[in-house]
Amino acid sequence: MISKTINLTLKVWRQGRKEPIGRLETYQAKDISTDMSFLEMLDVVNEDLTKAGKEPIAFDHDCREGICGMCGAVINGRAHGQEKKTTLCQLHMRHFKDGDTIVVEPWRARAFPLVKDLVVDRSALDKIIMAGGYISANAGGAPDANAIPISKEVAENAFNAAACIGCGACVAACPNASAMLFVSAKVSHLALLPQGRPEAARRARAMVQAMDACGFGNCSNETECEAECPKGISIVEIARLNREFFKSEFS
Amino acid sequence: MNWFFELLRASIGKKLLMALTGLAFCLFLLIHLIGNLTLYGGKDLFLSYVDHLHALDPIIRVAEIGLLFFAVIHVFTGLLLFWQNLQARPVRYQVNKNAGGRTLGSATMPYTGIFILGFVVVHLLNFHFIDHSQQSVFQAMDTTFSLLPYVIFYTFAVIVVAVHVSHGFWSLFQTLGANHIKYMPAIKGLGVVLSLLVAAGFGFIPVYVSFLM
Repeated sequence: MISKTINLTLKVWRQGRKEPIGRLETYQAKDISTDMSFLEMLDVVNEDLTKAGKEPIAFDHDCREGICGMCGAVINGRAHGQEKKTTLCQLHMRHFKDGDTIVVEPWRARAFPLVKDLVVDRSALDKIIMAGGYISANAGGAPDANAIPISKEVAENAFNAAACIGCGACVAACPNASAMLFVSAKVSHLALLPQGRPEAARRARAMVQAMDACGFGNCSNETECEAECPKGISIVEIARLNREFFKSEFS
Repeated sequence: MNWFFELLRASIGKKLLMALTGLAFCLFLLIHLIGNLTLYGGKDLFLSYVDHLHALDPIIRVAEIGLLFFAVIHVFTGLLLFWQNLQARPVRYQVNKNAGGRTLGSATMPYTGIFILGFVVVHLLNFHFIDHSQQSVFQAMDTTFSLLPYVIFYTFAVIVVAVHVSHGFWSLFQTLGANHIKYMPAIKGLGVVLSLLVAAGFGFIPVYVSFLM
């Protein structure tokens, strides 16, 4: 494989822990291999910054395989960058051209207070899960396979919703900073399965109330979330959440 | 009643209000459009339609009060949601780009909505709150559309209504939970058809009255 290197200009949001407001600062990313991921490119820039005695850019990351939901930044106005169904760690530098200027910003939402630079506090999503994103069954030992029959179609729908990694891109991409896609994915994946059914009504209600209390915006069906979701979760889940919510309110 | 206020406090409850009142306005638009199309049959047909409509006066009064009630809910809930959504992102992005989800209709809903409110007020002042013993609705229309600025304003306004409907129609089904891969394309198609009907059907009336009648 022929590897190529490119030079880039980065404009990165810098904001210290105690600073009320930050600013975009310009850095040069030199000799970046196009086989690198966006995070590896940031690693190279951070090494240069550290050698120059400057504070490296703080960003969240963990598995770097696109499955943990830890990384994420807004790249040139797009959550996780311009590629479809991609997390930031899986966004490769071959999608950029030599000489490009890239603006890197953190997720922006009142419910996601900024910690430092590109790191935001997404514990609001945990609060929503704590409100009802679970089943309270005494599980005991592992049940026999297929002891509870679930059709392939239902299992697939539930799995599509369960693919949510909770990265927060839907909130970042939503013009209203709403967390509806996240909440709907969590409500759907449990409500579709028999184990989650008994608590479905209470769950939908509690999770929507927790979402509202966290200060997220209201969904206005802009569908930007489904376009940016790295796991391709559809707004069909939001419609299902709405149905579950109405069922619980009107029953 | 606790459940009712809990519902209205919730974000999805407010969306439900927008969807149900919006559905009522879509139905109203369609009925209003069908009625107005009699205009293309000439003055006599149009005036006979107006007479027949007002023969149903008690029903019309109830419908008017209902629409006013819905309008108050739609406007206030819409403004509240608009304000809450602005608050939800105190620090805006330096670079804004769409991922392909937003449309002209969806991105401009609050603004087209506020414009339509103004248009409805002007429209009612021109045709509803006039002395009906002095002039027929047809004469009022003739007077209004003899002025070019009104022709342009009315045509522009119904295009704005069409843009609002282009997002509102499918969006209300989504909010009500009626999104299914099999039926959503048809609902979206119907929304586009309704928008085009509104834009063409209403939009051509001022031009027709002022230039062709």
